[in-house]
Formats: sequence, C-alpha cells, structure tokens
Amino acid sequence: MSGQSTVLEVQDVTRTYQVSHGLFGGNKELRALRGVTLSLKKGEVLGIVGESGCGKSTLARLLLALDKPTTGDILLDGRPVSKTKTGIISRKVQPIFQDPYSSLNPRKTIGSIITLPLRVHKIGNAASQREAMLEIMDRVGLSTRFINSYPNQLSGGQRQRVAIARALIMKPEVVICDEPTSALDVSVQSQILNMLQDLQVKYNLTYVFISHNLAVVEHIATRVAVMYFGRIVEQAETEAFFRNPRHPYSQALLGSVLTPDPELGVPDPDLGTVFPDPLNPPVGCAFHPRCPKRVTVCDQRHPEPTGDRDDFVECHLFGPANS
Amino acid sequence: MIDASATAVAVKPLRAQTVLEVKGLDVRLPTQSGILHAVRGVSFDVALGETVCVVGESGCGKSMTSLAIMGLLPNGAVRTADRLAFSGKDLTGLTERQMSDLRGDKLSMIFQEPMTTLNPVYTIGDQLTEPLFRHRRIGRQEAYEKAEAILERVGISGAKRRLGQYPHQLSGGLRQRVVIAMALMCEPQLVIADEPTTALDVTIQAQILHLLKQLQREFGMGMLFITHDLGLVARLADRVVVMYAGQVVESGPAKDIFERPVHPYTQGLLRCIPIPGRTERGGRLGAIPGMVPSLIGGIEGCSFRSRCPAALPRCANETIELQDLNGSHSYRCVLDAAAGNDAWKRNAGSMEKTA
Ligand SMILES: Nc1ncnc2c1ncn2[C@@H]1O[C@H](COP(=O)(O)OP(=O)(O)OP(=O)(O)O)[C@@H](O)[C@H]1O
Ligand SMILES: Nc1ncnc2c1ncn2[C@@H]1O[C@H](COP(=O)(O)OP(=O)(O)OP(=O)(O)O)[C@@H](O)[C@H]1O
Ligand code: SF4
Ligand code: SF4
Ligand SMILES: [Mg+2]
Ligand SMILES: [Mg+2]
Repeated sequence: MSGQSTVLEVQDVTRTYQVSHGLFGGNKELRALRGVTLSLKKGEVLGIVGESGCGKSTLARLLLALDKPTTGDILLDGRPVSKTKTGIISRKVQPIFQDPYSSLNPRKTIGSIITLPLRVHKIGNAASQREAMLEIMDRVGLSTRFINSYPNQLSGGQRQRVAIARALIMKPEVVICDEPTSALDVSVQSQILNMLQDLQVKYNLTYVFISHNLAVVEHIATRVAVMYFGRIVEQAETEAFFRNPRHPYSQALLGSVLTPDPELGVPDPDLGTVFPDPLNPPVGCAFHPRCPKRVTVCDQRHPEPTGDRDDFVECHLFGPANS
Repeated sequence: MIDASATAVAVKPLRAQTVLEVKGLDVRLPTQSGILHAVRGVSFDVALGETVCVVGESGCGKSMTSLAIMGLLPNGAVRTADRLAFSGKDLTGLTERQMSDLRGDKLSMIFQEPMTTLNPVYTIGDQLTEPLFRHRRIGRQEAYEKAEAILERVGISGAKRRLGQYPHQLSGGLRQRVVIAMALMCEPQLVIADEPTTALDVTIQAQILHLLKQLQREFGMGMLFITHDLGLVARLADRVVVMYAGQVVESGPAKDIFERPVHPYTQGLLRCIPIPGRTERGGRLGAIPGMVPSLIGGIEGCSFRSRCPAALPRCANETIELQDLNGSHSYRCVLDAAAGNDAWKRNAGSMEKTA
C-alpha cells in the first residue's frame, strides 16, 4: 500500500434521527449510528458490509459532509470537517451512489452533468473544463457522442460511468462508493469494477466501498469493516477477514455467501430471526437475539472492542473476561 | 448434427412426474415503437421435486416467461405456445376463471417484493387463510390452525400472535416468509418464484432458501426459480435455463452448466463474477462488452453475435437452433461443444494460475 497517512478519521460518531412513533407515540430517537470509529489511510480500499438498515449510507453521508454527526467528530486531513468549507470537502471527497437513474438530473445533458462540479466550484474556464471532461470521459470509457445526450438515452452501465466521471473530474482524494454496482447486471458490474480499480491505481485514490456483495468486497477491498445495528463489530485486513472471520455475525455473513459451486447446496446460517428494533435497541450485544454463540453476559452487557483501531472485534467471546 | 438434434430436443421423452411443460412459448408486447418480442420460443419442463432456475440479465424475458405460465401477463400482451401444460392439463385453453382457480392452489407464485402479494389492510391470518376458503371446503377454526402451523414451518416464532398482525408490523425478511407460507397453504405442485430473495440480506436469503429447499423435500413440489444471481443458481438448481434476448441459449444440469458451459454467453457470465479462491483478488474480471439487441421486431442470426468473442461470419445470417449434447444439456450456438469446452478450460486454467 502506498503511504500510511490518514486521510479521513471518524471519531466515536453517532447519528440519531427523530422519528414520529405511531399516532400518539410522539417523537422517538432512532440511533442509526451508535459510536463509530474509523480511520481511512491514503490509497486503501475500505469495504463496508452489513445488512440493510445497519447505517452504511448514514455513515457515507457523514463522510461526504452531506449530513452532520449528532456527536463525535470527523477529520479530513487532520482538520474537523465541521470547521472546513464545503467547497474544500467536495474537492477532496466525492460520491458514487447506487442508483444511476435517480442520481443524474434527467433534464441536463451528459456533458453538463459531468462538468457541473467544476462550474459550481469555479475551477478553470469553459475551455479547460471541456478538456477535463473529454479526458475523464475517455478514462471511464464513455463515447464523446453522449456529450449532448440525456440520462434516459443511456443504459444503466453508461449512466454509472457518467456518475463516476462526475465524481472523478474533481480529482478527489477519496471516493465514497455506496453500492456502486448493485443496480447493474453482472456483465456491466465487472466492467465498472475493473474501471474503478484502474482509476484507483492511476490516480492513487482512496475508496470507501459499501456493498452487500461479499464476493465483490473480497475482490476489491484491502480492508473490511462489518457493521451491525449502527456499530462496526469487526474490522480486519481483507485476506485475514475472509480466511478467519471472528465475530459470529461476520461468520454468518460469510457462511451465507452463495459462491457458484453446484456441489455445495444452500447453506444454513443457523441464526435466529429476531431482528433488533432500532427504536427499542436490545440490551447488551445487539446481535444476541440471533447469535448462535451467545453466552450469559450477552444480553446484559455491551461488549467492548478487543484489538487495535484497524483490527478489532466487538464480542464477549473475545473480551477480557473470556481471553 | 444440428437438424437431427433439433428434433431430438423437441421430442425428448418427458420424465414420469413432469408437472410443467413449456414448449415454443412466445410473448409479444405492444409498445410505442412496435411489437416487442419478449419471449422467443422458450422450451423447458419441470418435474415434481425438481428445482429449475432461469437465469439471465435484466430484460432477457425471465419475468415475462413466468407471468405467461401463470396467465398474469400485462394487458395487451399476446401469448402463444406449442404446448403449455400443468400436470398434463393444457393451460392455453383455460378461461380466466379456471386459471384463477389454479393459482394459489396447485400452482402458486412468489414475487420479489412481498408487498405486491400482501394487502396492508388485512391481518396475516386473514391473508393466509384466504386461499383455503377459496380453494377448499374448510372451517374457520381449522383454517386458522393450519395457518398457524405453516407459519411455524417457515420459521416464524410466536405464530399465533403473528396471525393478528398486519404486514407493516413485520420486517422484510418476515414478510417474505409470510408470502412463502401463503404460497404453500394449499400444498402446491409447482411454485414459481421470481427473484424472491433479491431484496433481502444475504443471511436472510440463505435462511429463506434453506427453508424452501426443506419444504420442497417435504411436499415434493416442483420449483421454477427466476434469478440473475449465478451463485444462487449454482447452489439451488437441479437444472438451469440460461436466457438471452428472449431465447434459451443453454440449458442443462447445474453441474454441467457451471463446470462445462458451452455457450459463449454462459461462459462470459461466469467470467464476470469474482469467485473467491479462483479469481485473483484485485485482478481483472471478465467482461461482456456491448449491449443486448433490441427485442422489437425480428433478430437475424445469433442474437449474441455483436458481443460474442467467437462469432463467425455465418452467425450473422443463419438461424441458430438448439443443439443437443447428451440428452440433458443443450445450447444454441454454431460452435462445436468440444471446442467450446476447451476454450472454457483454457481460460479457467489461466485464472487459477494467477490466483
Ligand atoms: N432521514 C432519516 N430519518 C429517519 N431515519 C432514518 C433516516 N435515514 C436513515 N434512517 C434510519 O437509519 C437506519 C440506518 O439507515 P441507512 O440508510 O444508513 O442503512 P443502510 O445500512 O445504508 O441500509 P441499506 O443497505 O438498506 O442501504 C435505518 O434504520 C433507517 O431506517
Ligand atoms: N408492460 C410491458 N410492456 C412492454 N414491454 C415490457 C413490459 N414489461 C416488460 N417489457 C419488456 O419485455 C422484456 C422482457 O422483460 P422481463 O420483465 O421479462 O425481463 P426480466 O428478464 O425479468 O428482467 P429483470 O431481471 O430486469 O427483472 C424487456 O425488454 C422489457 O423491457
Ligand atoms: S457478544 Fe455474545 S451475542 Fe454478541 S456476537 Fe458475541 S457471542 Fe454473540
Ligand atoms: S452462434 Fe456464433 S455469435 Fe452466436 S454464440 Fe455461437 S459463435 Fe457466438
Ligand atoms: Mg444504504
Ligand atoms: Mg424480472
């Protein structure tokens, strides 16, 4: 990995939404992030996995400064994001979202969508902006005949290339990819993944790569963070993680991956079906209602992370009491 | 070879307990730019106790195939078939009324989004018992007992309490279990499932698929499972039907399709997905450049030829028929199966070397 300097740092961040609870319930707190700590080093690809509603997109929005933490801090190049101008943040951190349909303005041409970030931030003049556009379109494999087309005239894969071109025209340091290939067919997904990888090497980019597809994360990520119910419950180098997942939820996740191996049949993840209610979080470990390995303390005390910042697991089985 | 095997495919003797026969199925849909020929001569069959997976990319006609079998095509759609039979009974001659008697009884369907099946204003209990009241002479008490039992079978705890709940009070995974329970209420002979787990998390997907397999062993029903997830197909299917641009391009036992794929499209799809332990981490994945042809009007020659790395001049104007390989595995391509297999092995070998 090139260099070890930290670009983005998330320090014990929480994000709580106020949601109305039924007709007479009044407002309730929904804790979408319940204390997330994370550091992102230059040139790495951090894969974030976890089930629907665990807070992945909430975290992505905070990293992009599209939303503010309820408590805790996010540092960009060592400076608090809350004290940094949005212009500076969006020069350094850019998003690629899941849905290439809704993330592009249907009334704007492809050329104008791609150059918008440059125009918003008044970078260069019309001629240099056009030059940058042609260069990036070439890089992402978009024919220049699309410059005057509209999003609805493009295929899903082509639209996702537009979204990538728009993100990269700013020459950002960090790209936050939130399910960038989930809406695409496998033949298109593989092309986009190949391209994201080429661009990462070429521009020495740092990626946060959110996906529910474990095989894709294993392929592209250098480090993996597993989220469950608003917390990171395990973090490890990709190779080590896939060889030896430690958290019972990580083990269930990997055990549920359907690799294309016709000899193996459907796995049984051996999990309970009781899902935590975000408005009434369970006491103790949030995974305990489904955990096949729970012990007595699990529904009483919340487990502390064991390990260091980039390589830890949050489970009583690994805690001081048990080791 | 092509001629002889084409007839061999057509007259292949049916296995004893065939529950669904589809032969030469066509679906045409009217659109603003002309008639869209979504399903083009699709043939396959499903036996009791067997799982057949239909796989292919978005828009290749998977859902239209299943809706055509169920008689649920959108308004204006035209369905024709050489044969479409359920338990030996011809479906093309049935009235809408007879068809709806069959649906939810011996022939049931599970859709991707549970809320397309569940009605938000009725309780789970009301919805589960509805097919029983409709298709069986059964008392209220007995129906509710049966509903409770089936909810327990699909792994829902506190089944009695759930009967009184409404769909919005359940998580997505639980709702999909309810939909599966509903599809099984009348002990169907065939379940058609269109991407039933695509919207679910991987752990819940595995739980639900595991459950479906278990219930299938118990009830002996046939399953027609539609998906674009190749991993799921490999794990679930007894036999696989690969579709491209409205046609079946390859079909056969799951083991053959994944270990000895012959059609360049099937091979291409399998190279696109990262396979732990086989593809090199961070290495390049295979690609199928280009786009699916328009389904409006006819397609001359092979529909895959604009994207096919092995295309020959003759692929542009010949009608490409399905070729039979060994009685159970067939493919729609002019290439010799042995050559196709060699190409696959060469490539798989080089992928292993880099891993
Ligand atoms: N604006 C909001 N107001 C209230 N609750 C919200 C809001 N946004 C998200 N949530 C809730 O916060 C939790 C985390 O949501 P988030 O979208 O971050 O999950 P996710 O991990 O991205 O899920 P998915 O895999 O489905 O995209 C969920 O319970 C969600 O319902
Ligand atoms: N109501 C409709 N009217 C006209 N054309 C339609 C209609 N619904 C689908 N089509 C077209 O029919 C073709 C087959 O669609 P179908 O829904 O069967 O695809 P699919 O294989 O199920 O794809 P997906 O994986 O995206 O669900 C597509 O080209 C689609 O655009
Ligand atoms: S803390 Fe207990 S319940 Fe939580 S994951 Fe570990 S063993 Fe399971
Ligand atoms: S028939 Fe020709 S174009 Fe079609 S898949 Fe075979 S080789 Fe390729
Ligand atoms: Mg999300
Ligand atoms: Mg479909």
